[in-house]
Amino acid sequence: MASKEEILAGLAEIVNEETGLAPEAVEMDKSFTDDLDIDSISMMTIVVNAEEKFDVKIPDEEVKNLKTVGDAVSFIEGAQA
Amino acid sequence: MSTPTLKQSPVNAGSRILGIGAYRPSVTVTNEDVCQWIDSSDEWIRQRTGIITRHRAPKDVSVVDMAVGAGAEALEKAGIEPSQIGAVLVSTVTHPYATPSAAALIAHRLGATPAPAFDISAACAGYCYGIAQADALVRAGTANYVLVIGVEKLSDVIDNHERTISFLLGDGAGAVVVGPSDEPGISPSVWGSDGSKWETIGMTHSQLDIRDFSEQAMKGDGVELAAADEAYATLWPTLRQDGQTVFRWAVWEMAKMAQAALDAAGISAADLGAFVPHQANMRIIDELAKQLKLPEHVIIGRDIADAGNTSAASIPLATHRLLAENPELSGKLSLQIGFGAGLVFGAQVVRLP
Repeated sequence: MASKEEILAGLAEIVNEETGLAPEAVEMDKSFTDDLDIDSISMMTIVVNAEEKFDVKIPDEEVKNLKTVGDAVSFIEGAQA
Repeated sequence: MSTPTLKQSPVNAGSRILGIGAYRPSVTVTNEDVCQWIDSSDEWIRQRTGIITRHRAPKDVSVVDMAVGAGAEALEKAGIEPSQIGAVLVSTVTHPYATPSAAALIAHRLGATPAPAFDISAACAGYCYGIAQADALVRAGTANYVLVIGVEKLSDVIDNHERTISFLLGDGAGAVVVGPSDEPGISPSVWGSDGSKWETIGMTHSQLDIRDFSEQAMKGDGVELAAADEAYATLWPTLRQDGQTVFRWAVWEMAKMAQAALDAAGISAADLGAFVPHQANMRIIDELAKQLKLPEHVIIGRDIADAGNTSAASIPLATHRLLAENPELSGKLSLQIGFGAGLVFGAQVVRLP
């Protein structure tokens, strides 16, 4: 199981690949839409890549609750079984 | 009395597309035009959808008119007389009559009477559904030549102020003639549906709601048709989608189906000349191409940039354009996949005419 720090680093890598944003810009309190300017389509790509990387399921209806990077990290941490 | 032996149709060894036609309506709607209706910008629309313009038909040009235009070109290119056509299949969700069908009138206008004619309701997968059926009809000997048309006048079912789908949509028609062939020209179809996602793309309400609302309004049952705009928005069903859910399905589920179609055809991506997915959104097209690991020589249909999303018409329109711009693709293999409201999908590999 990945730790919070590992999940954050992994997510930062995925975000970087999708958007070109520097990994260090992906911080826990950053909002995907407002701070990182990630649109709904990129968000879905990030979600699917995160599912693969961390071997978790992130249902469509859950995606809209993932407002910040921290929300996503917590969800993935909880979804790891 | 002895039991008589039934005759069955003689089968054809193979089937293939013999000719393709297109109809692109005259009105061009730019992103600047769209931005009069929604708070957006040319840059935002291009970045998120890849769309620069879409073509829309004027009021006096109908689904049937566009289909006849595309059908006539397909017949001419195939070198087939309308009287030789054994079936007319029309995929559309925007023919404005529940009955009679668009197909019967289109067959009549093209001079293909009395060929059997019917409409297919499979939204953006409609053209691939039509090819699957045409292939079966031709090889079973039920019809020798089948005219398959994908046609939409989506501008009749949009709400310009709506942000989930309306600004993507355009009008148009594409058509092909499928006929017998000694060599295989249409692979087994990989097609299906997932009604559990029925509500993710579709109309805001049904025809019955229009009836009920009109009845209430006439009786004055607390329903007032105050402003014409509001009445229009309330009464007239228009398209909506849950973009994020649809995007996930359209890329990651459809990439699997596209691969399954290659496997069913017994070929690999390297054997393709072209890839023509439904023109829903440039980012879906790009992501599908990435998932399929298409080699660089495979030419990808990207008609959406100019034509927008034309639902059932998008694959034949994009194919028609690829052939016009790359005549060397004639005779090569093209992977086509349609997917949309239902949800429904259909994919096959075809030899280009």
